[in-house]
Amino acid sequence: MKNEARLMQGNEACVKGALDVGMRFFAGYPITPSTEIAELCAEKLPLVNGKFIQMEDEIGSMAAVIGASLTGKKAMTATSGPGFSLKQENIGFASFTEIPCVIVNVQRGGPSTGLPTSPSQGDVMQAKWGTHCDHPIIALSPSSVEETYYTTIKAFNLSEQYRTPVILLMDEVVGHMREKVILPNIEDLEIIDRKKPDPKNHKPYYPYDDSVDDSVPPLAAYGEGYRFHVSGLTHDKTGFPTTNPDIAEKLMNRLIGKIENNKDKILDYSTEYLNDADVVIFSYGSTARSAQRAVRLAREEGIKAGWVKTVVLWPFPEKLIDEICAKSKTIIVPEMNMGQLVLEVERIVAGRAKVERINKANGQLITPNEILDKIREVK
Amino acid sequence: MRPHLEKYFRMNKLPHIWCPGCGHGIILGSLIRAIDNLDLDQDNICIVSGIGCSSRAPGYMNFDTLHTTHGRALAFATGIKLSKPELKVIVITGDGDCAAIGGNHLIHAARRNIDLTTIVFNNNIYGMTNGQYSPMTPKGAFASTAPYGNIDRNFDLCKLAVAAGATFVARGTVYHTNQLIKLIEEALMHKGFSLVDAVSICPTYFGRKNELSSPIEMLKWQREHAISVNAAEKLSPDKLKDKFLIGKFYASQEPEYTEEYGRLIEKAQKQVLKQKKEGE
Ligand SMILES: Cc1ncc(C[n+]2csc(CCOP(=O)(O)OP(=O)(O)O)c2C)c(N)n1
Repeated sequence: MKNEARLMQGNEACVKGALDVGMRFFAGYPITPSTEIAELCAEKLPLVNGKFIQMEDEIGSMAAVIGASLTGKKAMTATSGPGFSLKQENIGFASFTEIPCVIVNVQRGGPSTGLPTSPSQGDVMQAKWGTHCDHPIIALSPSSVEETYYTTIKAFNLSEQYRTPVILLMDEVVGHMREKVILPNIEDLEIIDRKKPDPKNHKPYYPYDDSVDDSVPPLAAYGEGYRFHVSGLTHDKTGFPTTNPDIAEKLMNRLIGKIENNKDKILDYSTEYLNDADVVIFSYGSTARSAQRAVRLAREEGIKAGWVKTVVLWPFPEKLIDEICAKSKTIIVPEMNMGQLVLEVERIVAGRAKVERINKANGQLITPNEILDKIREVK
Repeated sequence: MRPHLEKYFRMNKLPHIWCPGCGHGIILGSLIRAIDNLDLDQDNICIVSGIGCSSRAPGYMNFDTLHTTHGRALAFATGIKLSKPELKVIVITGDGDCAAIGGNHLIHAARRNIDLTTIVFNNNIYGMTNGQYSPMTPKGAFASTAPYGNIDRNFDLCKLAVAAGATFVARGTVYHTNQLIKLIEEALMHKGFSLVDAVSICPTYFGRKNELSSPIEMLKWQREHAISVNAAEKLSPDKLKDKFLIGKFYASQEPEYTEEYGRLIEKAQKQVLKQKKEGE
């Protein structure tokens, strides 16, 4: 049975998706344009015996989310640029200690306080490199309200499956836009819960056991009798600090590897007209919608244009770029920033195709016509 | 160590990293004895710390333990406690961890009156990073970043906690261990936000810089300068000039945060049910 269409805001779809996938703890600090997420969580969570708390700042919110996740709950926080900056140290903690959680960043314009009510895609690189040193991370970016619902579910699923924080990069337009969505029945959703230790086979329990097949050790919850230790210091399989270079190296390799080696399972992108495309628009987030329109208009003019929308930004779809390079001459990367994901595209293309940029960081959307003009120019 | 206390330690993680003469081990020992005296369920206790010498204590303790980021232990603990209120959550923190970088979390955890027991391992200095001044370093004392004497005024952490809304506040020292154990026991049994300012000694960094060359001298200093709140009431201000107070400063019963949240859940669910019925 298909559900009826309804009108929904992006931030609302995010909360709906989170609740449907089982989020039961939210800690946050208000900031435009993400605030509706906190407000809706405050209203909805008590109704499903979940917990909401407005913390004293974003640092504390991130900390509380990690603490809640360690009790076995699916936990989330939501913020925008300035708050995302404050969360970074604890995002690194979650990444290194492998505590699942979802961080929503409804991106707004400008550095510093910037343009609070305008969209941007300015935090793409921060999502990957915002916290210090190498670390595994997954970042997703939806382009519509309906996609926000599904991407939020995907964010939790990946987070639980790979024991890692997942960053959901929305933007002000996707967050505040109201549009038609058709939601699935909850029973039809794929919901992934973290692996838990089997009380029979895992005594003693090693929270960072590196002998597991998929590089993702099971995670116990506090209060279950495992008496385990979690520390942001470099740790051995027991979770206790070590400075042994061999153990440190193995840990880093496992952490990076658990995402990189599972890329094919994590990646999620859509394409149109790639087969014979001379010029391909590589896009993500709300910009992908302008790009799709531009490509369709170009086709009407007889220009062989193609379209890519990637929902997963990190890890980056390298093989897809390889495939495009084999067939197409030019890749255009439109972004509401001064050029971020294009750096990754250029790195992979490595001269095999021409890479063109469209950048806008003034708080305005990139229009289909701006992209179409560029397509005409480079064809 | 008394054999009956060994079950509370991860014996294979000892010896600890603390310097000879450090007071932190005495506070850890006092906390363990308090837990043992109260016969608390070991599997139902979660211990959370920040960063610093003090914050290494949970690693030696045989419980569910979380060693977090500098200053943030109370915020992590808030998430744990709110998410799973049946857990007894204990926070171990240093004076820098708790009063400087974590000061904001301290006042807000106190304000909420969330049921966390906070033990401040207060050595009046940044031990882990080799002796810089903390917000608890007395004015005039020397530190590696106060080579000409500290001009910062220091917090009275207990007064701060009371003012912020903590409902159990006490101070003990590593010299007066029997009292310290009793104060920690009371804090553990208290429902609501409790804080014990456990005055430690750091001979390596504080002592050396401040002409208190040995741990024994530092303990003697504690004996001579600490005065119980009750005794202090009878003394003239003049006699109290160079003294600091120890004992139980404040205890009251106020609604506890996670219980309040439980009531909020009931209220919200009733309200929605009522709206649904009215809509029918
Ligand atoms: C964000 C951050 N800033 C600074 C540090 C460096 N640092 C580690 S411990 C510490 C001070 C700890 O002092 P205190 O809390 O008094 O504990 P003690 O070591 O004296 O027990 C500092 C500044 C850090 N780890 N993280």
